Amino acid sequence: MKVSLTVNGQRREADVEDRTLLIHFLRDQLDLTGANVGCDTTSCGACTVLVDGESVKSCTVLTASADGSDITTIEGLSPAGQLDHPVQKAFREKHGLQCGFCTPGMVMAAISLLEENPHPTEEEVRSGLEGNLCRCTGYHNIVAAVLSAAEAGK
Amino acid sequence: MGTRVLRTEDPKFLTVGGTYVDDLRDERLTGAAWVTYVRSAVAHAKITGIDAEEARRAPGVLAVITGADLPLPPIPPQFGMNPGFAKPWLATDVVRYVGEPVAAVITEQRYQGEDAAELVVVDYDALDPLVDPRQSATDQQLLFPDAGTNIAAAFAIGDVDGDMFDGCEVVVRQDVVNSRVAPAPLEVRGTACAWGDDGRLTIWTSTQNPHAARDAIAASCGVEPAQVHLITPDVGGGFGAKIGTSPEDILVAILAKSLDRPLRWTENRSENMQAMGHGRAQHQKITIGGSRDGKVTAYALEVVQDAGAYPNLGAFLPFFTQMMAPGVYDIPNIAYKSVSVVTNTCHTLAYRGAGRPEATAAIERAIDCFAAEIAMDPADVRRKNFIAKDAFPHMTPTGANYDSGDYAGALDKVLAAAGYDDLRAEQKRRRDSGAQKQLGIGVSAYVEITNGAGPFDELARVEVHPSGDVTVWTGTSPHGQGHATSWAMLASDELGIPVERITVKHGDTDEVATGGGTMGSRSLQAGGVAVHEVAVLTVERAKSVAADLLEAAEGDIQLDKDRGVFHVAGSPDEVKSWPEVAAAAAAKEGTERGLVVEGSFTAQGATFPFGAHLAVVEVDTGTGRVDLTRVVSVDDAGKIVNPIAAEGQRHGGIAQGAAQALLEEMRYDPDGNPVTGNFADYGFITADLLPSFELVDMATPTTINPLGVKGIGESGTIGATPAVQNAVIDAVAHLGIRHIDMPTTSEKVWRAIQEGAAR
Amino acid sequence: MIPAPFAYRRAGSADEALSLLAELGDEAKLLAGGQSLLPLMKLRLATPETLIDVRRIAELSYVREDGDTVAIGALTRHADLHANDVAGRAVPMLAHVAGLVGDPQIRHRGTIGGSCAHADPSADLPTALLAMNASFVLRGPSGERTVPATEFFTGFLETVLEPDEMLVEVRVPKSPGGWAYQKFTRRAIDWATVAVAVQRSDGATGVALANMGATPLRAAAVESALSSGSSAADAAAHADEGTEPGSDVTASAEYRRHLARVLTERALAEASSR
Repeated sequence: MKVSLTVNGQRREADVEDRTLLIHFLRDQLDLTGANVGCDTTSCGACTVLVDGESVKSCTVLTASADGSDITTIEGLSPAGQLDHPVQKAFREKHGLQCGFCTPGMVMAAISLLEENPHPTEEEVRSGLEGNLCRCTGYHNIVAAVLSAAEAGK
Repeated sequence: MGTRVLRTEDPKFLTVGGTYVDDLRDERLTGAAWVTYVRSAVAHAKITGIDAEEARRAPGVLAVITGADLPLPPIPPQFGMNPGFAKPWLATDVVRYVGEPVAAVITEQRYQGEDAAELVVVDYDALDPLVDPRQSATDQQLLFPDAGTNIAAAFAIGDVDGDMFDGCEVVVRQDVVNSRVAPAPLEVRGTACAWGDDGRLTIWTSTQNPHAARDAIAASCGVEPAQVHLITPDVGGGFGAKIGTSPEDILVAILAKSLDRPLRWTENRSENMQAMGHGRAQHQKITIGGSRDGKVTAYALEVVQDAGAYPNLGAFLPFFTQMMAPGVYDIPNIAYKSVSVVTNTCHTLAYRGAGRPEATAAIERAIDCFAAEIAMDPADVRRKNFIAKDAFPHMTPTGANYDSGDYAGALDKVLAAAGYDDLRAEQKRRRDSGAQKQLGIGVSAYVEITNGAGPFDELARVEVHPSGDVTVWTGTSPHGQGHATSWAMLASDELGIPVERITVKHGDTDEVATGGGTMGSRSLQAGGVAVHEVAVLTVERAKSVAADLLEAAEGDIQLDKDRGVFHVAGSPDEVKSWPEVAAAAAAKEGTERGLVVEGSFTAQGATFPFGAHLAVVEVDTGTGRVDLTRVVSVDDAGKIVNPIAAEGQRHGGIAQGAAQALLEEMRYDPDGNPVTGNFADYGFITADLLPSFELVDMATPTTINPLGVKGIGESGTIGATPAVQNAVIDAVAHLGIRHIDMPTTSEKVWRAIQEGAAR
Repeated sequence: MIPAPFAYRRAGSADEALSLLAELGDEAKLLAGGQSLLPLMKLRLATPETLIDVRRIAELSYVREDGDTVAIGALTRHADLHANDVAGRAVPMLAHVAGLVGDPQIRHRGTIGGSCAHADPSADLPTALLAMNASFVLRGPSGERTVPATEFFTGFLETVLEPDEMLVEVRVPKSPGGWAYQKFTRRAIDWATVAVAVQRSDGATGVALANMGATPLRAAAVESALSSGSSAADAAAHADEGTEPGSDVTASAEYRRHLARVLTERALAEASSR
């Protein structure tokens, strides 16, 4: 199945198996290993990327279905090592990550959340991140980071 | 030390993400084949046949390996346990748990393995599953005829059945479950490796202990440790479950050798949930006795530890449960007895706290039950029984030598921060008005042992380069704990070189000769102190070099840490910089590396952080639903290096502790089938179920090491579980309810309320 | 884990989807958002030979007023339905419930048609639609037929949809009256342990239950108690009549019955207060 999609601003064409999930296309064929596979039941959100600007669990999307879409992964936010996006900055400032495995998915989910609700309450942040699991942080600083990014956006 | 420093690790994670083993694109792994394990779908059965014919013909299949193909003896259990409990690399005669590896499928491409594994047909003759550890303890049905018993380990102090409670005015008994939970790090297990033409193995694996893993891999491959180069990639969480390595990881290296090709393995989440290993899983009987005035004089704890099918570290952890059984209390009469038994479930292993949460949860339940019996406030009962602040070091009847502590101080701080009296008043208001949502307030006081199992020594190497940059090598192996920043801070404090110029390296066994890794909350008090000590040594050596350069006596040289320069005391203007000193040292040694100092630190023993937690819950008495609304905690781990990192550890620990109390449980049905074997069924705690936590600071130093630091990684978990569980029970205590087992699901709470109402 | 191999086809219109269904028979399944189907396929609990991707059929994504009814295209995403002004005004319970399905990522892909065709008895939208007396428009080779929600769900993951039919539209009576949706879950992302949907309109009250049987169920005994003048509390006591809740890891049948009664009482009270 031939697909053509835009990934982090770049047009990418490929021939994929019909059953190739978007997460595997991104990781295995494009070497964008930021988004991770953390589960097999669409539960953990570590694979979250933006498709046409909205958060999506890329483990539950066929690459074929994403043909023609505009994908943004964590690698597309800013050059390596540079924290340009306010959400990236806030995660660092608030220590919203420890082992980092859930982080790319968590950041993309947070960006989408703030896009749709720029000034969320703490409760809205917590329910807005219901689809993203973290084992290390207890969510406390992740929530603080998202609220801080929202504040910075005011 | 003590200042809030943003982590140097973060920019990478926030832009390109970490490089975990599944992310590796190293050229040494070019052309790697992949392993997929075929695992038992039944809990207990004889294997009567394995048919891999169709699988071998499937696209991309290079080989299908069964136990018969492996000339390897089964793996004996550790800690001197009966060799009759040895675990086969791949089951041949009998499977003993759902998820036990039965065959390895090797394919060109990774996902071909999943397709081919489905085609391997294993014939099973079912045997009776033995799932209840209490049943197993009777030895009526032996799971390992060669072992002659189901008991893999046993510990005891005193006589739990004796007369220790005679003479107690009040005696309370309670059966308690410390539920089985899944460690569930977000990154599952994985390994990638390649044997070189020089006969050396280069292996990457998701481990907490690079050197222990290397040694285990070397031994199983029949080579010297020096033949194995283990590189730890970024590790996405471990929590104890990635201590060392697992048979499935080691088998990748063994298979790679005979395949003569790089080989990789990454498990999927269902495998991880069913086969990585589980935590806790104790059935406990608590008995507590004392007098009506609140003084506890006797406590007995009996434990049946579920070891799972092939006893692992989990079978040994009741040793720590025994050691920490009396907790923070000065109880003269302590007795303990435990057996660790095999069952047809996955093995238990270390999980954040590893034996100590079980001890704390038991004694904290016991204290609350005692308080309920004598109708005294549970905080008051605790105060009446704490080991006094001036009684340290304190040797407990169970052989733990507590270094320092102020248990009453911790409890007082937490109660004050929480507004305890106001909470009790609100609770009373709601009880009096018969409100649908009742308030529960739960308290716990804990002490825990860190660096209890060692290794007590740790290596550090400091290299000041002629550029003025520094590289620090450590034998610890962080996987989220932030050592790169914290160890840089410790070195910076001594060297007077800014944190941004200090790189900390870890995890590569070719670069660091030995290391204990990161587990048991040992890293700071062993590894961090080693960095500090070696940094101190580095300054001394540098002063000697500077003395030569300044043509002065070594004793007259001072390091101005603010400017990062050396000068003769009283002559601050004539200086030698770190780059100059490093270059001079290098010239002297005839290298280009700079000033290199290596050393190790050996901790005198374990340390004992402590604290108190208070949890507030709202229970909807109509449905039994529990809402955790507040957690207030003191977690005193002595002096703090980076408060940011310490807070993060506390938050994560509290979340895991609360999770076990509220909803997480790894369950098997009576036939030994896991019923919570993936992330949809297992109640992995989510952001919507937790509040933001209220952390109160307290730092009581230790004299066990020069920095006065203890471990903090597991404290939050140890304190939170009993506080949350006690809170839920407290919410319905006015209905006569004395106990609800964890996890306190809404149904359990509802049933307790029904039973309370029926009385 | 990845799905077993299958062939991927794409349909640019409803007619194209139908002709593909006719051609491929019952080994083909329609793929809309994929948030129910793909998880099953990844665990290899479902192994269709062909997936017909209909997600891109723009003509089937809409929310329109049509007289006394709101017509919703089957491919309308949950996120869009939740945010839609027409839906928010005319069928507020449905708009609300669309915001409860799964998590935000799932809501950005999942569709109302996909959810209803999948027919999980724990699903929120089917339950709400049942309480609201909605109906489904099915299109097949011989034209369209409209099936009331009360007849659409026939069993666990089963509907009246023939293999060669496609759900194209959901029609919901305008329902500005009092409503409530009480969803009891373990965690917010979990399927409902039990959920109760209540919709008042023109003196009648529709009450539907999630996860109390093989399909979403109308709480008929509650409805008839209400229409014969019972108080909400008395009517709610009948909530579990005619239901067959299961016991699983999350809850026992007995507890589900209790929840159904309690949540129905609360939902009726909440609906009255709107």
